[in-house]
Amino acid sequence: MQSITLTVNGKSYTRDVEPRMLLVDFIRNALGLTGTNIACDTSQCGACTIHMDGMAVKSCTVLAVQADGADITTIEGLATNGHLHPMQQAFWDQHGLQCGYCTPGMIMAAAKLVENNPGITEAEIRHGLEGNLCRCTGYQNIVKAVAQAAAAGS
Amino acid sequence: MSNKYIGESIKRVEDPRFIQGKGKYVANLSIPGMLHAAIKRSPYAHAVIKGIDTSKAEAMEGVVAVYVGQQMKDDGIGSLPCGFNPPDIKTAPHMPLAVDKVRHVGDGVAVVIAESPYIAYDALDLIDVQYEPLSAVIDPKKAAQPGAPQVHDEIPNNVSFHWPLGTREEINAVLASADKVIELDLVNQRLVPNAMEPRACVAQWDAFSDEMTIWTTSQNPHIIRLLLSLATMGLPENKLRVISPDVGGGFGSKIFHYAEEVIVPWASKQLGRPVKWVSTRSEAFVTDAHGRDHVTTAKLALKNDGTFLGLDVTTYANMGAYLSTFAPMIPTALYITLFSGLYKLPVIFGEAYGTMTHTVPVDAYRGAGRPEASYMLERLVDLAARELDMDPIELRRKNFIQPDEFPYQTPVAMIYDSGDYPKLFDSLEALGDYAGLKAKRDAARAEGRLVGIGISGCIEASGPAPSQVAVGLGAGVGLWESGVIRVHPTGKVSVMTGSHTHGQGHETAFAQIVADELGIPMEDVEIIHGDTGRTPFGLGTYGSRSASVGGTALAVSAGKVRDKMLKIAAHQLEVDVEDMVFDRTTGTMHVKGSPEQSKSFVDISVAALMANNLPEGVEPGLEETTFYDPSNFTFPNSAHIALIEIDRDTGQVSLLEYAAVDDVGKVINPMIVEGQLVGGIAQGVGQALWENCVYDEQGQLLSGSFMDYAMPRADGFPMLKVSRNETPSPTNPLGVKGAGEMGTIAATITVANGVMDALAPLGIRHIDIPHTPQRIWQAIQAQSNGH
Ligand code: FES
Ligand code: FES
Repeated sequence: MQSITLTVNGKSYTRDVEPRMLLVDFIRNALGLTGTNIACDTSQCGACTIHMDGMAVKSCTVLAVQADGADITTIEGLATNGHLHPMQQAFWDQHGLQCGYCTPGMIMAAAKLVENNPGITEAEIRHGLEGNLCRCTGYQNIVKAVAQAAAAGS
Repeated sequence: MSNKYIGESIKRVEDPRFIQGKGKYVANLSIPGMLHAAIKRSPYAHAVIKGIDTSKAEAMEGVVAVYVGQQMKDDGIGSLPCGFNPPDIKTAPHMPLAVDKVRHVGDGVAVVIAESPYIAYDALDLIDVQYEPLSAVIDPKKAAQPGAPQVHDEIPNNVSFHWPLGTREEINAVLASADKVIELDLVNQRLVPNAMEPRACVAQWDAFSDEMTIWTTSQNPHIIRLLLSLATMGLPENKLRVISPDVGGGFGSKIFHYAEEVIVPWASKQLGRPVKWVSTRSEAFVTDAHGRDHVTTAKLALKNDGTFLGLDVTTYANMGAYLSTFAPMIPTALYITLFSGLYKLPVIFGEAYGTMTHTVPVDAYRGAGRPEASYMLERLVDLAARELDMDPIELRRKNFIQPDEFPYQTPVAMIYDSGDYPKLFDSLEALGDYAGLKAKRDAARAEGRLVGIGISGCIEASGPAPSQVAVGLGAGVGLWESGVIRVHPTGKVSVMTGSHTHGQGHETAFAQIVADELGIPMEDVEIIHGDTGRTPFGLGTYGSRSASVGGTALAVSAGKVRDKMLKIAAHQLEVDVEDMVFDRTTGTMHVKGSPEQSKSFVDISVAALMANNLPEGVEPGLEETTFYDPSNFTFPNSAHIALIEIDRDTGQVSLLEYAAVDDVGKVINPMIVEGQLVGGIAQGVGQALWENCVYDEQGQLLSGSFMDYAMPRADGFPMLKVSRNETPSPTNPLGVKGAGEMGTIAATITVANGVMDALAPLGIRHIDIPHTPQRIWQAIQAQSNGH
């Protein structure tokens, strides 16, 4: 067991973890933040995407001990003061989700993708989200949502 | 009546929880005292289990128990049943944990129950299973040949069933006298559904009340409860509660009763503690029922002028190692009955052999039988157009069933409800700019590029099914649906449906129906589903049945509510009920011709509670239930077109343009329907270009992860143009047809035809899907090398 301290959605946590524990399991099971989903075991799907120290990362590909000292945002922490993040709003407006399972990871990845890139092109969006799988939507409305949020200065 | 909500693209009411990470998926459930299950699975496709030593695993700290199949069998646990049994079918037991033989890679042999999932998985490595490996058979046609390894003693020659429709003599006569016969051998490859949410199950046995609660990722919790009671667990239905909360996609794969839905509750009962199992993706690849996997020989007979005369099709359908819940229905009642397509095809003979192999069971996957039918028929039609040197749309138009010929009886049992196929293709030619596409293609060809146009026109039978037909064909249940409308004394409404949403947006679309039917705000309507403890028995969601069957049940219940409210209002206003009208825009009831003499929806809701001033014979309360049995399927139809380019040097296919016009009848929420069509098309394109579930000869799954199984990704598509033509279905009061599968059914063949059109100038006639760069490159090389 190893002690780690990290900030998640603005709150500091100190916990003992097994060195092999995946960050996504830590977030879901130790912290009870189940908004971050798991959809594969080979780092292919992006369902587990979170923000860690300003970057979008697949949290199944990081060990909890590697996140010691990190500042993390999960889907639960994306809205501020009860206001949806523009990317969340855009997914809702554009019907960018169906079953919702890929959605938290998709939103977290997309939010970073468009940061400081209001004029992002369709091709750039498609390329940028290529590491996030969605089985329901065919991606079309996700692309539209990301463009909407980018234009809104997300 | 004027609708306020039906026909509007209302934003989905379920979305706020999903976009904020508050989805209630089974894997998110945690119960105090909960244990975790992990399952030891066979690494062999076919082997005798000589012995299982669990002692080391049991001794591990944190392990609570390890169980093997024999213990479950000894305790009276039954076989996972097949719920669709055509005449003369041969079946074999399917125990939740294998007892003396394993029959596919991934077959479960033991379960570890531990304090944490990490410990449970560690302990799996300490279980020692002695296997005696046997040879395996993978291909559905080879499985039926003499000398093939046998999967079950109970199923000789591995042929579980043979299902013919039509007569061999009749089609032979047509084939013999036709001007032309187009022949094709094809493989419709095996697919892995891969809903993004892996399956999961949590069970809690309550020894105090002798009741079992099971949370499971199912599209139809009532069917799971029925099968648990009837076949596997043997607990009385009234002591079982099955809950399917938010489910992260199904596409058919979550219809079926799976082994883990027996293992987990049984373990919970043994231990008196809640138990949870969550599938890994790797497990999903070797345990979720797969789709398609047909080996087919097909012949289309026609006149020189292009008139279709007959169709002759023989298919070997891979059932896998065990018959999954509805598996035999897919290559029979949902496949051969669609062979007429959009056409007048006077004579059809179709037959399917369902064969057992040492692979994961195969069952319904989005489209289920219908994509296979469309793929076969529309490939033949395309080849026919090429051989006759006719425009592929012209050839189709020549053979269409005409708009004035509905209801249309096909030679393969179906009676089509409505449609206007010529108009559908008019719309497609305009939306997709057919003339423009042809000009683009021809210009590109002149430059030496490989560019092709793919076209398809497809039929679907959705909304299963009239119970008499379903049971008559072999289904173990009728396929009706329930719908309850409960008006609370405050005028708020709870709706209980047996349908289940796992992405389709029922919480929105059903609220639109009920709100319009009752003239109340949508916000006042709550949709409750997916819990056998809160909803009446219902059959669930698959086969694009929810709107036409489940939605109709609700519309009928709403009518009953209106009738009762009108009676109460008439009584209180002291007029005849015949003199009253229910205003479905405002929910008020007033005397005909004098709108000021009225009662509001809330007035009458309260009156039904007070019950002190009700007409003679009218009971208090406002709750109505409907069990609706559809009178027919509905028949969505589609016209799709694609522009394809192939890189001559690499064989890489690019999808340049795609346009689709679908007739899914009346539409409740266009935004949701468009989402279904686009998502469905993407899945269909996946089968055409990328997805392939591959086994080696020993039965090892070679495409067992997202690294080896190519899923559609965001960068694989242009913006798709989708549009609709509406011919309302006369078989249900809403006029709706299914919308969930049409895109998938049509897209695979559209893209495949496009690829083959691009390759036609090279003299390449047919390549099986998926049209991967490797296959195309090899075909190009073979052609240029002159063989
Ligand atoms: S769960 Fe992390 S990438 Fe799939
Ligand atoms: S919305 Fe279901 S996987 Fe993306």
